[in-house]
Amino acid sequence: MRSPRQWLLERVHQRPSLRGWALLGPGLGWLGIFFVVPMILMLAYSFMHRGRYGGVEAGFTLEHYRRFFDPLYLQVLERTVLWSLGCTVLCLLAGYPVAWVIARSTQWRTVLLFLVVLPFWTSFLVRTFAMIFLLRDSGFINSVLQSLGVIDQPLTLLYTPFAVMLGLVYGFLPLMILPIYASLEKLDGALLEAAEVLGARPMARFFKVILPLSMPGVVAGSMLTFIPALGSFLTSDLLGGAKEIMIGNLIQNQFTTARNWPFGSAASFVVMGLVLVAVLAYLRRRDVAPTGVV
Amino acid sequence: MTEIPAVELDRVTKSFGTTKAVDQLSFQIHRGEFFSILGPSGCGKTTTLRLLAGLDEADSGTIRLSGEVVNRKRPYERGLGMVFQSYALFPHLTVHRNIAFGLEQHRVAPADIPTRVAKALELVRLDPAQFAARMPSQLSGGQRQRVALARALVLEPALLLLDEPLGAIDLKLRKAMQLELKALNRSLGITFVYVTHDQEEALTMSDRIAVMDQARLAQLGTPAQIYENPRTAFVASFIGESNFLGGTAVRAVPGGWEIEGAHGAAFRVANAESIRAGERVEIAIRPEWMDVFSPDTVPPGENQLTGIVQDVVYLGEMMHVVVDVERVGEIKVALRNEGQLTRPIPWRRGDRAVAAWLPEDCQVLEPA
Repeated sequence: MRSPRQWLLERVHQRPSLRGWALLGPGLGWLGIFFVVPMILMLAYSFMHRGRYGGVEAGFTLEHYRRFFDPLYLQVLERTVLWSLGCTVLCLLAGYPVAWVIARSTQWRTVLLFLVVLPFWTSFLVRTFAMIFLLRDSGFINSVLQSLGVIDQPLTLLYTPFAVMLGLVYGFLPLMILPIYASLEKLDGALLEAAEVLGARPMARFFKVILPLSMPGVVAGSMLTFIPALGSFLTSDLLGGAKEIMIGNLIQNQFTTARNWPFGSAASFVVMGLVLVAVLAYLRRRDVAPTGVV
Repeated sequence: MTEIPAVELDRVTKSFGTTKAVDQLSFQIHRGEFFSILGPSGCGKTTTLRLLAGLDEADSGTIRLSGEVVNRKRPYERGLGMVFQSYALFPHLTVHRNIAFGLEQHRVAPADIPTRVAKALELVRLDPAQFAARMPSQLSGGQRQRVALARALVLEPALLLLDEPLGAIDLKLRKAMQLELKALNRSLGITFVYVTHDQEEALTMSDRIAVMDQARLAQLGTPAQIYENPRTAFVASFIGESNFLGGTAVRAVPGGWEIEGAHGAAFRVANAESIRAGERVEIAIRPEWMDVFSPDTVPPGENQLTGIVQDVVYLGEMMHVVVDVERVGEIKVALRNEGQLTRPIPWRRGDRAVAAWLPEDCQVLEPA
């Protein structure tokens, strides 16, 4: 008698394609159950009627999508997109030089990379709370400035767009640094020397050789920053004081205090659709013009 | 009026940490010359080239290009061409854009760029219509090499630096490229500085060769000078092959010296003005300058070492006979295949044989 295990192993040996499926199986199963199924449920909810105490009631309506295009909500969406773009640009400007230094360093590389990923060791929530202690009226920054006599009255730092942007950049900076580092690290130093011998000064070397060759990293880093920034709610909630909310806060509220699951679902799908369209448009452009980056 | 050398190095030294990569190096390269820097890996030849390009900065000494001191000049200010060992083609640019890169940096009028790129491609025998639009990843190794060459030549530099450019190309193509490079050097009048570890390549192509060993210049001369008169044991063994013998100068004889060999027997060297009595003398003899005889048939006046044939290697145009001589070691003799009538004796392993050579063919070496 063969055990089921033997039977399975023999089948896998006879059909190599099965081996691929066997390797994909656990991951695909997990995603299917915990990602695809909830998404389908959400999509269905977004067309149903709102339940009185949360949840949904059967029926079909486009009301929630129509409601989203109210100027009130569009303003939130606009703010969210602008802030996310701003966060991405700031992360790029601050992260690129860091990635460059790490990629060019030899003995310090491991230490620097360790420092970049160090924040991930504590939860994002804890780190955002720590920002509050830094920024509030009696916080670290104000106390230092006051004790130095730079200011008399504490600066209002917390619960401002500035604080939200600070928190967003702080939170997503490593996600920008790491992919850019990965592409800069692969950059062949001889290319820069060749450019230099051919007459390229530092700026020309950067814009004509380094930047184009690190574009895959810049694109990956920007997506890894922009997309989660678009959906973030914790930072604006804790540091923005819920005055100027982002789309993430809006959605979160619908599922909690407002108890409007269908509207929350509809808003989620609108944002998701926007991201999808933006990414697809970008990839299409790259297909049409392959001269940019290999 | 003396001509200003294309390149002049004066006691140039460069260290990396505690290791000296280039130590007190001085030489001049004439305009239009094909000049090779030859040596084993780690001898400092690539560092020398990088110092010329400005990619590394000399710790001390002076580097002049066409008479002008360039020590403090950045590579982009030196106006020279360089071909890298790895080609270093920009992977994100087409062949055309790669070659146009330098022209754009030098603010050449955009209208002139396509013609100059096409001319450069033709110079390295690549059809512009076929290759200009390709990406480097769509080229073979030999084609990449040619594009790298075109990219350097398009700027019409006075000096072209080549860092082992043929190292990654297969043998047949390498031979063809050697001839082409030499032809380009002649027709364009550009000074070539060619770094290689391949002694055969250096001998074939160069007008003059600088042999480097352990960060220093071991010998400088034409290929013939270096092969015929190696100055040190290093040069004698790195370029071609040599048999080495040592001994003490005993007495002057007409036209040379008699040396008491370390192995007991005496031999004579000719043209050895520098030798003093009682001095220790080291000599090198090229295998093809020696001959093998049966005992008692050696012509008079030749130096001889008697031993047992250890090995016979048939190579077609040559036959190598290795004679094991007591207290000396193995002596390699190269016999030329000179046709049916003068066939070398079919030596066998174990035969008693005499390796013989003329006193004139002893190359007296300088102590390293």
